[in-house]
Amino acid sequence: MDIPLSYNLRNLVARRTTTIMTALGIALTVAVLLSIFALVDGLRTALSSTGHPLNIMVMRKGSTAELNSTVTQETFRVIKVKPGIAKDAKGEPQASLEVVTVIILESPEIPSGINITLRGLTVDGFAMRGSDVKLTAGRMFTPGRREVVVGQGISNRYPMARLGQTLHFGKGDWQVVGVMDAGRSAANSEVFCDLFQLASDQNRETTLSSALVRASDEVSMQALVNSLTNDQQLNVDATPERAYYAQQTSSAAPIQALGIFVSIIMAIGSSFAAMNTMYAAVARRSPEIGTLRVLGFSKLGILTSFFLESLLLSLLGGLLGCLLVLPLNNLQTGIGNFVTFSEITFNFHVTPSIMAMGIAFALVMGAIGGLFPAASAARKEILASLKQN
Amino acid sequence: MVQHLPLVFKNSMRNKRRTVLTLFSIAASLCLLGFLMAIYYSFYFSEATQEQSLRLLVRNKVSLANPLLRSYMPRIKQVPGVEEAMIFQWFGGTYKDNKPENFFGRFAVEPAKLFTVYNEYKISEEEKKAFISERTACVVGEKTAARHNMKLGDRITLVGDIFPVKLELIVRGIYHSKTDNENMFFDYEYLNESMPAGRRDSVSTFGIKMDKAENAQAIAKGVDDLFRNAPLQTKTETEKAFQLSFLAFLGNVKAFLMAICAAVTFTILLVTGNTMAMSVRERVKEVGILKTLGYTPGLILSLLVGESLVISFLGGVIGLGLAAMLCGVLRNMPSTFADMSQIAIVPSIAAIGLGAALVIGLISSLIPAYGASRKSILEALRVSD
Repeated sequence: MDIPLSYNLRNLVARRTTTIMTALGIALTVAVLLSIFALVDGLRTALSSTGHPLNIMVMRKGSTAELNSTVTQETFRVIKVKPGIAKDAKGEPQASLEVVTVIILESPEIPSGINITLRGLTVDGFAMRGSDVKLTAGRMFTPGRREVVVGQGISNRYPMARLGQTLHFGKGDWQVVGVMDAGRSAANSEVFCDLFQLASDQNRETTLSSALVRASDEVSMQALVNSLTNDQQLNVDATPERAYYAQQTSSAAPIQALGIFVSIIMAIGSSFAAMNTMYAAVARRSPEIGTLRVLGFSKLGILTSFFLESLLLSLLGGLLGCLLVLPLNNLQTGIGNFVTFSEITFNFHVTPSIMAMGIAFALVMGAIGGLFPAASAARKEILASLKQN
Repeated sequence: MVQHLPLVFKNSMRNKRRTVLTLFSIAASLCLLGFLMAIYYSFYFSEATQEQSLRLLVRNKVSLANPLLRSYMPRIKQVPGVEEAMIFQWFGGTYKDNKPENFFGRFAVEPAKLFTVYNEYKISEEEKKAFISERTACVVGEKTAARHNMKLGDRITLVGDIFPVKLELIVRGIYHSKTDNENMFFDYEYLNESMPAGRRDSVSTFGIKMDKAENAQAIAKGVDDLFRNAPLQTKTETEKAFQLSFLAFLGNVKAFLMAICAAVTFTILLVTGNTMAMSVRERVKEVGILKTLGYTPGLILSLLVGESLVISFLGGVIGLGLAAMLCGVLRNMPSTFADMSQIAIVPSIAAIGLGAALVIGLISSLIPAYGASRKSILEALRVSD
């Protein structure tokens, strides 16, 4: 027969100060790990939800980012007529030549400013983003004017880039005429403006940055990627847009590595603490253990019972840890992206699977902390344990 | 108090397992705290070396990814206080493949000026001469040379990512210095000539060697003022500030490190507080006996607190020792995002860490110990637990 779980629960309640302190230690450890996971997951969501599944990013061969890529008008004309490109309502191939650069936006928190991606594109290019990017306030920029549309994330974080404000960069002042909602995608942290106005401001009318083309269907997508990449004359690399953004998640790698490292060391500390608590519990309940054995509970029963108690303790810690990180959910933040050399805005993302991971992590600490004390409880001699005290 | 020290030690050894476990959990936390503080210190507090403080870097005001023009050079050189100015062009590119272990800094510079502007780099005269006279020559830091098994005369191919070129270089020298030992330098001329006609003569950073470190601000302002109305404006800052702005770009690293330190400190407080409460509870009866023997409540309080201090101090020493080892590991890793060669447990960090350990030991034991020391003899002796 097993020792009922309520015995363990009551014991935890009876020693509530110790229980809470140990659980809080575990909770903090879990919270550190989870906040890192929430950050990385938020970034991954932002990057992996960027891009239409049929869009292909075309850049100069060898360049890893749009920022250092060059695509000339001439190359673009060749790209545009490749077979397999979808046609829009007017029968024109859906291809967008774009120029990408970086500007500085200042914010009250960071007076020295943060780098933001500025993208020059045509109105048709904007339309290629489809339903992923919607104007939520104001209007579209007018071709040939110094006007910009800013991502929601930018508008939220930088008061100087709100609707109606004026930004100064390049050769003049640019009016913020619209705000676009790009869901969780990277365009949320970008500023869009007219391709030709920006190109002429930057003296690069013929040499632009990259091209975005839309394949007509999944089958022609792969063929199109191959035909673009293998065309010696073009000297370009074609990558599915989704893959291009997804690989940028590596920007969070240093933070992720440090976070995991810190959590593991904290977990070692917390396991020792849990072990201490459980050893104390075993020592204190020595006569009880003797009594249970006299009543006929087996050694294995005692072992299981104490082990479960440790798991319960850590489960409490894990749940507390999840509660601690919940306020982080949807909190907006930004980190530097070394591929685009600008900041990407995203929200912390505390998902159920991340919380499950945190609870599992807590249970591992509880298991490590509980095993030895439980074994020592099971090994106790009946008489000796009854005699104690 | 001193004559009671043996008693304190004996007491802390009465439950060896608990003491050891507490010791280790404090050590784990303090190891982390020390390690994070060392990173924080090296990033934000460490002083620039004498050579570093004599250098300024000029870059495009917008970002490192936006270039400046080569023609800025002669004008920069004319600013009073500038002893030498050199093209310092980040090349990036790929060596062998894109694996992180094959990453190291690669810069296009002016070979004749490199060892003047960076006069902490030591290299033999012949190697220096070979580097200056040969257009495709390069020099590498000894750490990188050892890591990739590069020897004099080796051929190295770099494929550009920012620059659409493929460079064939020959190792002509290996330098060493007390700070950086990881970069590769080659001739800017070679890079520039390999570039397509329309994209030549752009430079992302210039390095400046000043006459006196005190002039840093004036010179930086002088340079930036020169180009205030130019289409490409400059930002001139000290090498240290440049590194910090690079770090700031990663995100709010400061707040991130602080938050983790706070969580760690609070966790140790919980752990030690918990253990001390347990160990005091266990010996309330003993307090009764000590009181019967004539020990005053104050002495008993200091015995109990002293025990906690001994344990947390030892934990701190072990933890900081481990942290020093971790810092050593980090120092030997390739510096990708920030200069990690200076990360160490310096005396001030050791002092802060041990201080924190003692304060934690004090706080965690004070309340339970005070409670126990105030118990009356009868009350204490009656406790059966």
